[in-house]
Amino acid sequence: MIERAFDFRTKFGNRYFPNPVFTASGCAGSGKELSNFFDLTELGAIVTKSIAVKPRSGRATPRMAETPSGMLNSIGLQGPGIDQFLENDIPWLVSKGARIIVSISGETVEEYASLARRLRGITGLSGVEVNISCPNVENRGLVFACDPLASRAVVESVRRNMGGDFPMIVKLSPDVTDIVAIAREVVSAGADALALINTVLGMVIDIEGKRPKLAGITGGLSGPAIRPIAVRAIYQVHSALRSTPILGMGGVASGRDALELIYAGASGVSVGTATFGNPTAAMRIKAELEELLREKGFGSLEEAVGAAHG
Amino acid sequence: MVFVVGDIAQYARPGNFVAIAVGGVNSSMILRRAFAIYRVNEKSSSGGTLELVVAAHGSGSRWLSERSIGEKVDLVGPLGTSFGIPTEPVNTLLVGGGYGSAPLFGLAEVLKSRLCRVDVVVGASTAGKIYAPLDGKRSVTTMTVTTEDGSAGSRGKVTDFLPEIIEKFKVEVVYSCGPMAMLKAVNSITEKLQIVHQCAVEESMACGIGVCMTCVIPLRGADGQIRMSRSCIEGPVVDGSSVIWSEPRTIPEGTLGTSS
Repeated sequence: MIERAFDFRTKFGNRYFPNPVFTASGCAGSGKELSNFFDLTELGAIVTKSIAVKPRSGRATPRMAETPSGMLNSIGLQGPGIDQFLENDIPWLVSKGARIIVSISGETVEEYASLARRLRGITGLSGVEVNISCPNVENRGLVFACDPLASRAVVESVRRNMGGDFPMIVKLSPDVTDIVAIAREVVSAGADALALINTVLGMVIDIEGKRPKLAGITGGLSGPAIRPIAVRAIYQVHSALRSTPILGMGGVASGRDALELIYAGASGVSVGTATFGNPTAAMRIKAELEELLREKGFGSLEEAVGAAHG
Repeated sequence: MVFVVGDIAQYARPGNFVAIAVGGVNSSMILRRAFAIYRVNEKSSSGGTLELVVAAHGSGSRWLSERSIGEKVDLVGPLGTSFGIPTEPVNTLLVGGGYGSAPLFGLAEVLKSRLCRVDVVVGASTAGKIYAPLDGKRSVTTMTVTTEDGSAGSRGKVTDFLPEIIEKFKVEVVYSCGPMAMLKAVNSITEKLQIVHQCAVEESMACGIGVCMTCVIPLRGADGQIRMSRSCIEGPVVDGSSVIWSEPRTIPEGTLGTSS
């Protein structure tokens, strides 16, 4: 029997990626740490930690609480700020040949615009992820992704400052009543693709100490516990916006999980929390996913995207 | 518990830790548990081994403690920084709190082999929480045990006895390992007496390899700047004088990236 050629590529905006397994923002450090475990060029792309205009200390500790099949984090977007990031992290990733999607996060529309201007013209980038949905900010009112008009304002501003065809993926929060309404708004404002989903706002109370376990009180829930929420959000958005590619994420820990998100409508899958438990998780998931797709008779990844929609 | 790890044992230094997956393949416990290495044997009859002290106080450590001899576990390590070993013989004092004392006994053996004088103080709230193995005492000149309830050794906290011990044995370097509140109290004494203090810090950790940013502590860098630094990579062993011993659950003023 002759093995059929298999096309594992995926596309976001105008860029092709050799495979659909990415890292999730905030779950791959600067890339250097994971490169001790595998070759970063084996990933579809590395999505960087969300970078802000200025350095950020992040929130106080404890920042982490394990939960059944998941964990809460309240990092609060700790990072070096865009200057240090462009000086140190990006050149290193470029030198390694990794495909890079830079995740950006701002507190105001103007900050997103300024980050977009800084990224414009940096060579070696494959796209930008606009994170408008981090739950770990002091003021929940700042979560742009909870409001369609605020989301639109950010996306329009990034598009205007970034240039017309630079791939832009916008990351949405599942903590909204109608995620499809937000998705429609950001796509019409110029997003090429959507990243679904960010963590789900949650909380753990330490019953010995009688107070919230996390110093930041609330945190973002991730891991397999939220996978059904991711599948639901991807399915709903893909139903409404068939031509908008989705980068799916939320508790993917195996090739089977990745395929579930792809069937729901994802064109690519990011691995996040699974990396914390196993540094090489993304490589295992990639191998398992390819094998599963072949086993099920698909000639390409594309054929499987949205398969659950009939 | 003893883990046969083959060649990686030769890379383990006192203060390093390992991260072990718990609960089996389909477990709902998705994060590894971090354990300080208690002792290393590069050439046991089974090959290189690492010994860990596993206190079964949570569901993950309980699962691990219930493994049978010969079972395999998924272990990553050695991770993190290690205690600095003096190049010349000096008088050292090792201070441990609760089960956090474990790595100090491996350290004691290394210090003894470098002809250092090694005195030890171990303390806990109560006798049952003291960790001081009999064979760990081989390399130790004196060992002082303290408990807050007086159920073993002297009544009080370890730090109540430090100034006297430091003076009596002319201690030049203090190594400590245990809860953050104890490390902070030890550091206030070493700072006052201007003695070198190396401590192994504890902070809730998810990945152990530097990607998740949960286990940070405020450290002052060589450039004077305070940064929230990863205790899994820049620690767990750090110079006590570089730690900003702030109130728990706060970010110290002046830390890089705080709004000013």
